[in-house]
Amino acid sequence: MHIMEGFLPATHCVVWAAASAPVVAYGAWRVKKIVEDQPNAKLLLASSGAFAFVLSALKLPSVTGSCSHPTGTGLGAILFGPSVMAVMGTIVLLFQALLLAHGGLTTLGANVFSMGIVGPFVSYGLYKVVRKIGGGLPLSVFLAASLGDFATYCTTALQLALAFPDPASGIAGSAAKFLGIFAMTQVPLAIAEGLLTVVVMNILTKYSQTELKSLNILDEGAQA
Amino acid sequence: MSLLRNNTFLMVLVALIVIVPLALPIAESMEAPFSGADDQAEGVIAQVAPDYKPWFSSIWEPPSGEIESLLFALQAALGTGVLAYYIGLRRGMAKAKDEA
Repeated sequence: MHIMEGFLPATHCVVWAAASAPVVAYGAWRVKKIVEDQPNAKLLLASSGAFAFVLSALKLPSVTGSCSHPTGTGLGAILFGPSVMAVMGTIVLLFQALLLAHGGLTTLGANVFSMGIVGPFVSYGLYKVVRKIGGGLPLSVFLAASLGDFATYCTTALQLALAFPDPASGIAGSAAKFLGIFAMTQVPLAIAEGLLTVVVMNILTKYSQTELKSLNILDEGAQA
Repeated sequence: MSLLRNNTFLMVLVALIVIVPLALPIAESMEAPFSGADDQAEGVIAQVAPDYKPWFSSIWEPPSGEIESLLFALQAALGTGVLAYYIGLRRGMAKAKDEA
């Protein structure tokens, strides 16, 4: 999902950066608030960021014969709300842009938008909806994390299509081409990300009940 | 006990998802098997907008594939370290509470 350095026209870079900046700023304020109001959740907050750090470093093979990576943003979005992951996503993407030449500074706004904003918001929204209609915790987490991952990659494909319309078939034509690469490759990886997020949530359900209760993931008095 | 609560089962599934593509004969029919999706997207850009020239390039690039793997491994290791510290700490605390 990394749009490479210099691979978006300057106007697009500015627009995506302007769209992402307020969410990242709000997320930073939320992080500060969580650290102040719920100091015992600090370590879990750091761990949510760490999970995104690990997963986005793992480039996995897909049945399409290409490689791509999960995003790891679903877990933190479910636990702390989506805007917090805009901050974590920015940190991960900056690390990769500066040290790995993956993504870039000019495309940072666009990449934060797909990985730090669209993915986490889709995860958070789906989690809430599935829980509301009676889905269990593991199932809700699985659907939220895997579809959030998938949404990030579809966003990248659409961002590229807007910037590079096909001369013959326009934006729709080039969207089909980019989705063909990103979305297809991502299907099994999104499933893997969903499963890994459930693994971590299962561990949290077992050992971090106090935090999950204070974050309203588990009901007070519930035995998971 | 739902299967989604069984971590061993989940980890086996994840391993299968990663191993199956490598075991399938898809690589043989491809010019550059298991290249990055990001690079393939670059190929599509070159095809739909052949005149586009990237207007900015990375300030620093890892000087070799080895250094790149090193930094990716570092990224994964840092994340794993924090996550494992947290899980170990909470597990120990839960155990201490049970024994108290």
